[in-house]
Amino acid sequence: MFTLPSIFKCVGRRSVVASGQAAPPAPQQQPASGAAAVVTAAVATAPVDRVPHVEPLRTTPARATILRKLRSRPSAKKSLLALGLLILLIVAAPFFAPQNPYDLLALDIMDGRLPPGSANFDETITYWLGTDAQGRDMLSAILYGLRISLFVGLCAVLISVAIGVTLGLLAAYRGGWIDTVVMRAVDFILGFPTILVALVLLAVVGRGIDKVIIALVVVQWAHYARIMRGRALQERRKEYIEAAQNLGFPAWRIMLVHLMPNCIGPVMVFATIQIATAITLEATLSFLGVGVPVTEPSLGLLIASGFEYLLSGDYWISIFPGVALLLLILCINIAGDRLRDSLDPRR
Amino acid sequence: MALFIVRRLLQSLLVLLAVSVVVFCAVYAIGDPIELLVSPDVAQAERDALIARLGLDLPLWQQYGVFLWRALHGDLGNSFVHGMPAVQLILQRFPATLELVAVAITLTCVLGISLGLIAGLYRDRWLGRGIMAGSTLGFSVPNFWQGMVFILFFAVWLGWLPASGRGPTVEVMGVPLSIFSADGWRHIALPAVNLAIANIALVLRMTATGVAEAQSQDYVRFARAKGVKPGRIVRRHILRNILIPVVTVIGMEFGTLIAYSTITETVFSWPGMGKLLIDSVYKLDRPVIVAYVMLVTLLFVIINLVVDMLYAVLDPRVQLVEARA
Repeated sequence: MFTLPSIFKCVGRRSVVASGQAAPPAPQQQPASGAAAVVTAAVATAPVDRVPHVEPLRTTPARATILRKLRSRPSAKKSLLALGLLILLIVAAPFFAPQNPYDLLALDIMDGRLPPGSANFDETITYWLGTDAQGRDMLSAILYGLRISLFVGLCAVLISVAIGVTLGLLAAYRGGWIDTVVMRAVDFILGFPTILVALVLLAVVGRGIDKVIIALVVVQWAHYARIMRGRALQERRKEYIEAAQNLGFPAWRIMLVHLMPNCIGPVMVFATIQIATAITLEATLSFLGVGVPVTEPSLGLLIASGFEYLLSGDYWISIFPGVALLLLILCINIAGDRLRDSLDPRR
Repeated sequence: MALFIVRRLLQSLLVLLAVSVVVFCAVYAIGDPIELLVSPDVAQAERDALIARLGLDLPLWQQYGVFLWRALHGDLGNSFVHGMPAVQLILQRFPATLELVAVAITLTCVLGISLGLIAGLYRDRWLGRGIMAGSTLGFSVPNFWQGMVFILFFAVWLGWLPASGRGPTVEVMGVPLSIFSADGWRHIALPAVNLAIANIALVLRMTATGVAEAQSQDYVRFARAKGVKPGRIVRRHILRNILIPVVTVIGMEFGTLIAYSTITETVFSWPGMGKLLIDSVYKLDRPVIVAYVMLVTLLFVIINLVVDMLYAVLDPRVQLVEARA
């Protein structure tokens, strides 16, 4: 997960001092951030510690507004709370799940397809959400499945953001043929529906958690590259970039330390919502049988395994994992939505 | 306009060429093409004959030329499973998919725009808020799971509608279609709604935002000050202006729906080309996968082209050539 303050840092860019705070802490003699660089360049003879010290977050007006907006929406609080709870459940799953769903020896085929609330033969486990065809406790399977779904979603988004941000920055800062090549590739990828590209890709390379992540990265990096390039093109004409260039900083440093922190806000907001998209996509691919392997069932695969029993009325195998998936996606979507609203200066 | 069309056509051809190179690399260059294109239970002599016939003993660039030449003539190989040309197989399944997508698009237009209008006009009341909350739910629910919930409710528990298949079809100009019989409608109802819901949510939100924004615009305020009746303001002033982006999105969503129909068709066993793709993936019927990719690319290129041109026709302010430059 990202941390909220890291997003807010980048959004306070409208006030010069705020954007000074945007950069990671830098050594005193070499102010790394753009705004601070402008200040030092202007008063080159003055000691550096004249740059006024500003408390982060609360004292900057823009950030205070954002935090207030975010706090004033009860649904934002609730969804973040629910999301936190879900993540806690997912992380702590091995400690309180009634059963290890991967331990095939613990499963008893006699317990297969028991309805919710029934107990096993010697009444050591109560299957609150029923069991699947292999006699696996659905509650445990869902908790472990959530882990895989969230892991795949987070990995895919993190890698896509890294690739997209790097390429977007390069395209915007360097321009020329790099820009042309990157943006043509972006257009090419975004010209097709994600589900189809990922499906065909996985149909060729086979199933596996790593392959699913690769497929998700292939279809998603282009969004970030496009957003990053758009922001960076606006930002790179500003004075602090010019100042940094005149100070003779190498290009990689200007891009990473000066340009990137001031552009990454919109990317991060989009990325939060994309986590939900990635999780849905993974579930869909697993449902279609090209996603994660059967040995490590994600929620999508659990739902798929219950599909054949749905028509005979054994609803719990498919429905409960779906509810868990829906809760996870809804929490991320609502939280991301509110985050976007509160970061939007027009509201 | 003519210049724009020519440029877009050239771009489209480039996209097709790029996809053909990617597909060629995936099938011919990386893996062993014999393994991919020839069924494993073929005798060695026949295998050699096929290698010669498919031109696999030629250098790579010549092979690509052969692949492209054959693709241009509509020959993308034979299906292992069905023993007939893959292109023909897919085209046979096309009407079923098209029918499903068409019904879903109609639902999207009718429900999406009308609900969006209500949500936009009454956005501060519970009705508008309720519709917007519903739309969040609408595109959060994973498509395939939602289909299964439909089956559980309407087919298993209530028994109102059939869970799978296409039902009886009526031949219209040689094309079998379901929508001309009552039983056909019973079969198409669930898959079409399932396919449409995410799109309805999208169009609904776009319309609602557009309406909300338009209401504070000068032309609406002026019309109101002039004493134009509220109904007329909505119909003639607001709706007309917001329809342009909405129609464009619906046009672009046509392609997305074809892609997502793979999922809906799998859930509801609808015999369209998406189901064919999934079945081919399971059975490793690679010529069908290759043919599907090429045909769908062609379809997408055409859709994008048409949408771009529609945009210009609908909104005279759009100047396509300049916008691209």
